[in-house]
Amino acid sequence: MVRIRLCEESFVEPILSGQIRCPVHLYSGQEAIATGVCAALFEKDYVFGSHRSHGHYLAKGGDMRELVAEIYCKEPGCSRGRGGSMHIIAPEIGMAGSVPIVAGTISLAVGAALALKIKREKRITVSFFGDGAAGEGVLYESLNFAALKKLPIIFACENNFYSTHMPIRECRPENNIFKIGAPFCIQSYRVDGNDVLKVYEVTKHSVGLCRKGLGPVFIEFMTYRLRGHVGPNDNIQETYTDIRPKEEIAKWRKKDPIRRFQAFLIKNRIIRRETLERIDREVEEEVKEAHEFAKESPYPNPNELTKYVFKE
Amino acid sequence: MRKLSYSLAINEALHQMMDSDPSVFLIGQGVKSPWYVGNTAKGLLEKFGPERVIDTPVSENAITGTAVGAALVGMRPVVVHPRVDFMMYAMDPIINEAANWHYMFGGKSSVPVVIWGIINRGGEQAAQHSQSLHALFAHVPGLKVVMPSTPYDAKGLMVAAIKDDNPVIYMDDRWLYNLEEEVPEEVYSVPIGKGVIRREGKDVTLVATSYMVVESVKASEELGKEGVEVEVIDLRSVTPLDETLLFESIKKTGRLVIADGGWKTCGMAAEISAMVSENVFDDLKAPIMRVTLPDAPAPASRTLEKNYYPDFKTIVHAVKAVLRK
Repeated sequence: MVRIRLCEESFVEPILSGQIRCPVHLYSGQEAIATGVCAALFEKDYVFGSHRSHGHYLAKGGDMRELVAEIYCKEPGCSRGRGGSMHIIAPEIGMAGSVPIVAGTISLAVGAALALKIKREKRITVSFFGDGAAGEGVLYESLNFAALKKLPIIFACENNFYSTHMPIRECRPENNIFKIGAPFCIQSYRVDGNDVLKVYEVTKHSVGLCRKGLGPVFIEFMTYRLRGHVGPNDNIQETYTDIRPKEEIAKWRKKDPIRRFQAFLIKNRIIRRETLERIDREVEEEVKEAHEFAKESPYPNPNELTKYVFKE
Repeated sequence: MRKLSYSLAINEALHQMMDSDPSVFLIGQGVKSPWYVGNTAKGLLEKFGPERVIDTPVSENAITGTAVGAALVGMRPVVVHPRVDFMMYAMDPIINEAANWHYMFGGKSSVPVVIWGIINRGGEQAAQHSQSLHALFAHVPGLKVVMPSTPYDAKGLMVAAIKDDNPVIYMDDRWLYNLEEEVPEEVYSVPIGKGVIRREGKDVTLVATSYMVVESVKASEELGKEGVEVEVIDLRSVTPLDETLLFESIKKTGRLVIADGGWKTCGMAAEISAMVSENVFDDLKAPIMRVTLPDAPAPASRTLEKNYYPDFKTIVHAVKAVLRK
């Protein structure tokens, strides 16, 4: 969680100074979900993400230097500077891809789960998407087909209450996304997405069901993003489009998943405050090095514009 | 050599590829119903079982996405759309995902999927059951689009499409399903991106796609009786397109007629025309003519249909017009 938070926050300054130009959707505030879910997976399990997937990438074990380099659109980036922040991948550790078409990877994740079933493998797939994706028809088609074929897939919905600028009350008659699994006979749960232990617990249970052939499972994680929809503060051409009430943001700051887990660890004498501070310092160093690596790295060669259109 | 129909040639390609490669599977609406896919899926379910021959609910978007997702983790799926019209529901997985995937991830992951769309023209089926939308897909970088016009190519291009590491749109036309010719029993590929000369000639180049190749050959036979030697090129693949074959022919004939089963505006014929003007303009002796569908939706009534679909007579007329100039 600390790696994700410090990595995410490290993009703020280079975005504001114009060093990073591609659209960046920060995951700050939602770290417990990626962390808790991926902790319950093996490296060979697949995860698919969305426009806000730096956290999924890091939690699954993706290389931080390659992530940061990608966000600077440099050649050594995880997508060789062709994708930027919204298209990140690390096939070697099961991060199968993330894209900014809302709900775009849900059916792809179903396909990966179908492949595992055809090959009779015990691996599973997790599809991460936000509450906004619950407005897309393909989610319902995917739920139906996955349930029909009993596929080993977890539909992980991160409900942060906002679909870009639209509050959920303006998108759905009721804030109850987890209920959409029921008509398809899908085991469904709703948990506090800012409590990493609860996230881990429900995911571990769901992974067990999927590995036993009792999938799919639908989990709705209730959470909140501490930054704007895109960039640090949704500043679009000097118009601030983050219209969330200040009191609401302040309320969720108190539920910060990292502070909560740190308090739990200290209270239960699992870890000492000094150790936590040491972890912070080590991560700060790692993040700093990743930025240095990215800044020193070359941009893609302009002559290679059409390389990768097709696989040769 | 034994003869095989176009549709059974596709069927044989599927049998042989599923037999030799366990990562190949067939998914889509109606794969166990001849009403949807004719006899192209004959015997597959019995032989390979419901795990690899997957009939699906009507959910083109998710099912196509499922095929794309399976492809990017190492399978080689064939997803069938018994009518091209219904593929419109699947534009996101085809265009946003499959076509862009390899590029947007810098070559780290690829999508070896075959997206098979069957064109069902005529029969008073009207606007939403008759569309031939290959040009739409040809427009998109990252997709290959093949359109076999003979049983031999139907098999060879299906094999090539399945073996290709990129997303391939395989489009066949139901009007071709009963064509018969000698088809080798062994597995073979027809190279994607290579056209073929169906009839040699020196007066006019007639380049055609899919079913229009049949009408073009017929037109060239008619014109042959009048002493006009037409060179008929079957493109077989619309992307990548065999420019070399096309340009060489135009250098010889100096005249070009394009016969395509899609609409005129921004269609394949328009693209071929632009390509020729850009590259071998100096070899042209006359303006290029296009034979396409008119820019109108497909009608139902047979009297309107008769005017809607061009045939060999329309082509003969176009060739004569080009020769007069």
